[in-house]
Amino acid sequence: MKPFRYERAEDVSGAVATLAGERTGEFLAGGTNLVDLMKLEVMRPDVLVDVRRLTSAEIEDLPAGGLRIGAAVTNSELAADTRVRSRYPVLSQALLSGASGQLRNVATTGGNLLQRTRCAYFYDTTTPCNKRKPGTGCSALEGCNSGHAILGASRHCVATHPSDMAVALTALDAVIRTQGPAGEREIPITGLYRLPGQEPERDTTLEHAELITAVDLPPLEFSSNSRYRKVRERASYAFALVSVAAALQVREGVVLDARIALGGVAHRPWRARKAEDLLRGAPAVEESFRAAAEAELADAVPLRDNAYKVPLAVNVITRTLLDLPEGR
Amino acid sequence: MTTITKRPAIGAPLDRRDGPQKVTGTAPYAYEHHFDKPLYLFPVQSEVARGRVTRIDASAAEALPGVVTVLTHDSTPRLADTSDHELAVLQAGDVAFRGQYVAAVVAQTLETARYAASLVRVSYDEEPHDVELRADRDDLYAPEVVNPDYPTDTQEGDFDRAFAAAAVRLDETYTTPMEHHNPMEPHTTVALWDGSDLTLYESTQGPHWIRGTLAQVLGLDQDRVRVIAPYVGGGFGSKTLHANTVLAALAAQVVEGSPVKFALTRQQMFSGVGYRTPTIQRIRLGADSGGRLIAVCHDAIMQTAKTKEFAEQAAVPTRTMYAGQSRRTTHRLAALDVPVPTWMRAPGEAPGMFALESAMDEMAISCGLDPVEFRIRNEPEIDPETGLPYSSRNLVACLLEGARRFGWADRNPQPHLRQDGRWQVGTGVASSEFPVVRFAGSVARISYLGSGRYLVAIDASDIGTGTWTALAQIAADALDADVDNIDLRIGDTSLPEASVAGGSSGITSWGSAIVEAARAFRDRHGHNPAEGDQAEASAPENPYANNYAMHAFGACFAEARVDADTGEVRVPRMTAVFAAGRIINPKTARSQFIGGMTMGLGMALHEESLVDPRFGHVLNHDFASYHIPANADTGQFDIAWIDEEDPYVNPMGSKGIGEIGIVGTAAAIANAVYHATGIRVRDLPITPAKLLR
Repeated sequence: MKPFRYERAEDVSGAVATLAGERTGEFLAGGTNLVDLMKLEVMRPDVLVDVRRLTSAEIEDLPAGGLRIGAAVTNSELAADTRVRSRYPVLSQALLSGASGQLRNVATTGGNLLQRTRCAYFYDTTTPCNKRKPGTGCSALEGCNSGHAILGASRHCVATHPSDMAVALTALDAVIRTQGPAGEREIPITGLYRLPGQEPERDTTLEHAELITAVDLPPLEFSSNSRYRKVRERASYAFALVSVAAALQVREGVVLDARIALGGVAHRPWRARKAEDLLRGAPAVEESFRAAAEAELADAVPLRDNAYKVPLAVNVITRTLLDLPEGR
Repeated sequence: MTTITKRPAIGAPLDRRDGPQKVTGTAPYAYEHHFDKPLYLFPVQSEVARGRVTRIDASAAEALPGVVTVLTHDSTPRLADTSDHELAVLQAGDVAFRGQYVAAVVAQTLETARYAASLVRVSYDEEPHDVELRADRDDLYAPEVVNPDYPTDTQEGDFDRAFAAAAVRLDETYTTPMEHHNPMEPHTTVALWDGSDLTLYESTQGPHWIRGTLAQVLGLDQDRVRVIAPYVGGGFGSKTLHANTVLAALAAQVVEGSPVKFALTRQQMFSGVGYRTPTIQRIRLGADSGGRLIAVCHDAIMQTAKTKEFAEQAAVPTRTMYAGQSRRTTHRLAALDVPVPTWMRAPGEAPGMFALESAMDEMAISCGLDPVEFRIRNEPEIDPETGLPYSSRNLVACLLEGARRFGWADRNPQPHLRQDGRWQVGTGVASSEFPVVRFAGSVARISYLGSGRYLVAIDASDIGTGTWTALAQIAADALDADVDNIDLRIGDTSLPEASVAGGSSGITSWGSAIVEAARAFRDRHGHNPAEGDQAEASAPENPYANNYAMHAFGACFAEARVDADTGEVRVPRMTAVFAAGRIINPKTARSQFIGGMTMGLGMALHEESLVDPRFGHVLNHDFASYHIPANADTGQFDIAWIDEEDPYVNPMGSKGIGEIGIVGTAAAIANAVYHATGIRVRDLPITPAKLLR
């Protein structure tokens, strides 16, 4: 691990100002991913600015319905919150499907959003990786890529985003609140994450020293009818091969509205808008669900080892919708 | 004092003697022995798989405060014996595999050593490397013997003719991937060189064994090397002597007087301390119309390192498992630019029996027979390999008792039939086998401490298996003493010599020595010894070794549930019945079986070391990406054993149990997955991708 400075600040503004003055540095919250990456020298910040106690650790009701989740709320607290469990069960389920109890007790909401890909080449500093070292090439493109992206990848990077929580938040149209050197802003979660394109080193659209302060969950009439399904070969403590976050609104056997996001298939949590569009107005039956899922996956470009993800994603979307109370 | 025939200690489910220390964190593992001002070693590993180091620039590392020295192949002391290339660390600039140690930093803190190691710049003259095992390679060769000393090939009768004439034939190829053993405690050495003597606090399966090899490599008299290893956090075959220990010893020599600590990171566990070779196994079985095997052939292809040979004996279990007049087994190796493979829990048996027992399931189906009945029909009367009678062979009893416990009788053989919600449900069975191994050279010393207490000293190893407890039980019965009156000392080369904890041989080898020493003690001192009375004896050769074939057997039954949408496999329950002689301690034995079966579950569903042939090293070198079962993956274990009386194996009547638990598990699960889905997966691990329709 490269030696680094550890800084604390009085408040968010101070933390932002401190990091803004550094050429390379990171905010430190739970550190469950960052510290590992530093030990391996995948990330080599000169300074860590500890924000663990600076952002809110509360979950507040918003006036119009919805919830505001402080960035410092731990994954365990968020998963256990009764409002989240009853109004946004997909989020609670996603959180509990990730990591381990010990990690969830430490990992924060802001940090979970910003965890890095688990691509083995990204973690191995002896192999080329555009995300770790731009311009060196993507080893996974023609390498061991059974866990890699089938949607939205580029020849520069085929990594996937590892978060479960972010998949649920993507289905729920969460809004990410930040504070950076240029002030505060709100970013829809689908605008937070990037596809790799030619700059896979950039996971998100955040600017240097821009800190996530909270996540807003907007009200959604049918968010209580939501579910998270994570597929993995091991029963716990494994990243998703494919995961699905879904919410469904059905009236008289017809789909009024749907929210679907996929994990494990792309550089970012993948919002399945094609499938959602096809579902609106369709009969709430398996055939519709499968057709919508197949349409979403029609653009999939499998790699050497991950063609299985295409039928898997279709199956899991279909099954998750069927398993929702109004999907039967 | 008169002789009182007390209740035997052998067979009692005693708690582990070392349990309280382990759960309270007070049992000192190698790294935890305390020293003032120890130094820390961190290695630099090769980033090419083949070639030569042309230049090492250590200036940035050496300039770091706290760095004591940087060892390279130019600056490291010479070894006396470099004939074992795996151990000839930093002796030359040649690179034989990616991940090989090419330099090492010794510093005052671990953090400094690790950071300094990252600053060492190594230049290479890189050569093309070759790390791909394939069956169609034209350079496969036959080793002289396979591990440890079995004939490479065997042949009885005319297999080709018998196979051609068989009424029912099977010809399939099964593969198992590279797998890495990862004991919870990584390989660890604390080496202290005081000018004339070398002391190692080591995480090892065999203190005496590694002392002998290390002394030879370093050119030291054995008496000048002491290895201390009272507690070891798992081994599974990996904790023998590898380059890491030699490197620590060499570093200690350079910084004479200061202890050098070297514990591998989890990532470093995937290069240089061994692994299970990938295997490609072709099985051909021919049966007559009555379901009796008449032709059996097992051809196994494995890899080894160019620098040192290890020949996995994958086809050896097929030599003894089933009857069948015409038989052939072969082993071929590809020598690659890879680290040296080694023993990994049930070498030979674990991959070999996955292939054979999968094939037996397929063959039973082809013959229209229940898989249990098919195995029983092919039970040999005598060992087909040696022609000797078995000292005891209770495979059939295991199969029948297992079938009873598991509820096998109600099974509908038709695959892809039972469904529970979205779960497709199936059941499978496989046999297990492991030879009874006894290593020579174990010596025990028994001293009388007075007040009825005895001290038993032997340099045995407890790698988490229960040796501390089981040897005390054996000694208690051999001395006709209460087990609480037995003090045991193990894990130190200052104690009488003992063989390695490997090949499930420990209890047989060490227990035999203890029984012999107890006999000598009573012969010399009678039943009323005086304080300080002592006797020492070595384990005799087994007089029946050439008269009987000696193996443990078992049967494993598994239920597999496969999600119809996702191909996820879960194993909610397994039943296993073993015939492994007398069980010394039912409690620790049960733990051994659970451990072996859990490892078999991982072998079936999870474990696979991924090598990208362009680079040559294992990519998924951590526990986030190299999966072993989590607690949530393990369901119910129903474990039982046959009360087996075997007077020939050793004085205790016991057979080794450290490895047999893993042996049949993967095939039982694969067979259950077939029964659940109708999909036969012949290539481990059985991942969702292989089961999606």
